[in-house]
Amino acid sequence: MQLTDDDKAMRDGRDGSAVAAAMDLLIRYGEGLGAERLCSVRNVAGTSTQPTPAKNKIAAEGGWNKAYAVINLDCDEDIEIPKMRVPTCQLQHGFSADALNITPYSPHLVELQADAESFASDRGINILATCTPYQVGNLPVRGEHIAWMESSAVVYANSVIGAKSNCEGTASTGAAGLTGRIPYWGNHLDENRKGTHLIRSDVRIDSFMDWGLFGYFAGDVVQEERPVLTGNLGLPSLTDLKHLGAALATSGGVEIFHLPGVTPEAPTVTEAFEPAPLPDVVVYTEADRRAAYESLNNQGTSEDVDFILLGCPHASLEQIAQIAALLDGKRLSPNTELWVMTPRALRSVADRNGYSAVIERAGGRLLTDSCPAMSRVAPEGTKVFATDSAKQAHYLPAILGIEAWFGTTEDCINAALTGKWNGALR
Amino acid sequence: MISSEQEAAESLAGTKAALASTDQIVLRGRGIVPGKIRGEALVSPETISGWGGIDPATGTIIERRHSLCGVSFADKVLVFPGAKGSSGWSGFFQSTRLLGTAPAAMVFTKMTTKAVLGAVVTRVPTVSELDQDPVQVIRTGDFVEVDADTGTVTILQRGNG
Repeated sequence: MQLTDDDKAMRDGRDGSAVAAAMDLLIRYGEGLGAERLCSVRNVAGTSTQPTPAKNKIAAEGGWNKAYAVINLDCDEDIEIPKMRVPTCQLQHGFSADALNITPYSPHLVELQADAESFASDRGINILATCTPYQVGNLPVRGEHIAWMESSAVVYANSVIGAKSNCEGTASTGAAGLTGRIPYWGNHLDENRKGTHLIRSDVRIDSFMDWGLFGYFAGDVVQEERPVLTGNLGLPSLTDLKHLGAALATSGGVEIFHLPGVTPEAPTVTEAFEPAPLPDVVVYTEADRRAAYESLNNQGTSEDVDFILLGCPHASLEQIAQIAALLDGKRLSPNTELWVMTPRALRSVADRNGYSAVIERAGGRLLTDSCPAMSRVAPEGTKVFATDSAKQAHYLPAILGIEAWFGTTEDCINAALTGKWNGALR
Repeated sequence: MISSEQEAAESLAGTKAALASTDQIVLRGRGIVPGKIRGEALVSPETISGWGGIDPATGTIIERRHSLCGVSFADKVLVFPGAKGSSGWSGFFQSTRLLGTAPAAMVFTKMTTKAVLGAVVTRVPTVSELDQDPVQVIRTGDFVEVDADTGTVTILQRGNG
């Protein structure tokens, strides 16, 4: 891999041992990829604050410098971590103090994370604490090279914003923050951003649930490739695109999709593929829609729901307002708990607008920073949960060993109010 | 005059050559993480999720929809089509190294940042970009050699499966 003089100086220790370790990791990673060089980034989204069993052990023995070295730089040396070289943010992590006495998450882990957060803050890492940094002030510009992790955020940044990111990981973002560099490979090259599959919906896609189902289907069809989605489509909102991307990155490993006429790199279907010709079309039918719905619903048999989870990826204000409207003046079943996940910055707006109060009066909770999958925790005794998120319905049964129902936001609120699952594909 | 030792050596070399031509299958590709190791293959027909897909404490696949759900990859040569799902992939595989449940080597078909970074931080010999699809050619239980320094994967002995 070709290195610039600046890369070599960083590798050789000009900027200290942590930057040298970061450059060493980026070189090992870039050579593993077969990248020709590194490129500059000024926007990094990664994670260093969430306690994990491996990290806690290292931090207990060697402190947070050691934990960052091992986990975020893959380095075994004892080094001091300096300030980040380029703007860097913390993505979603574990639950914080605002979840104490609401979730059964360990207060010890909350304390550990608060410590790690102070360490990260001191190094200039902005604690956005969300899987949707693009909702709370971190909007890269079109064409900009960035280094993000969190698959649902990466697919959003590439597809909806038109920024250029691979699906980075804990160590590559840890190193990118300290160097402002990342391998120039994959999605950073324009020729790798063109569509590979043409998928046409013959079903009307115009609801939050249908964007998720369409994404869950298309992700399974294309796996790691790049779908161009056409057909009988309504104009999706930010909320719909957030769900679509998360679903595409769940059933498959999609990092870029194009919606001709909507997303910036695909003014038309032809331009989404150029210079390649259009491939054969894959058609999404009512039968495919039903199959996707049934696949997401094959992890449940009991219709007694005890937990409802909304806000995966973290809820937009539009979703919070809708949930508040559905709950206004009502009361949750004594047998259920409802958690709505959102970034803390949006929670403060929801408080100001009165949405939080409406949700809490009904018995629901608006929580921040995390989600049950990240924190590996649900209300005590949960056996069956319901969600409107294809991603959460896919992952949570394996992570927590519970049954899942997937449906519309209305179906989920209905389950929260009655304790029964009455969802159906309509 | 040919000594018996020479004869034996030639005969052994002949046997090895025969094995190499008839029994051994060599896949040629590119080393991703250097190193060389021999071990038993575990072949995943489907892509693997890291976060929500494996348990680093036990080195086991836990995704319910996966055909290897409940199977441990610890100390195996993990052969798989690619990495899918969350960007936590590399961090979860790094944890298998830190917790002592890592695979012995990785061989995968589809190059992605998740799989490459995962292999780098798991620090096990890894080969990809092979001239044949390893998931089709290698079978679970085969005894294989992964030589990432030369970029080859050799099936030394077929398993009983």
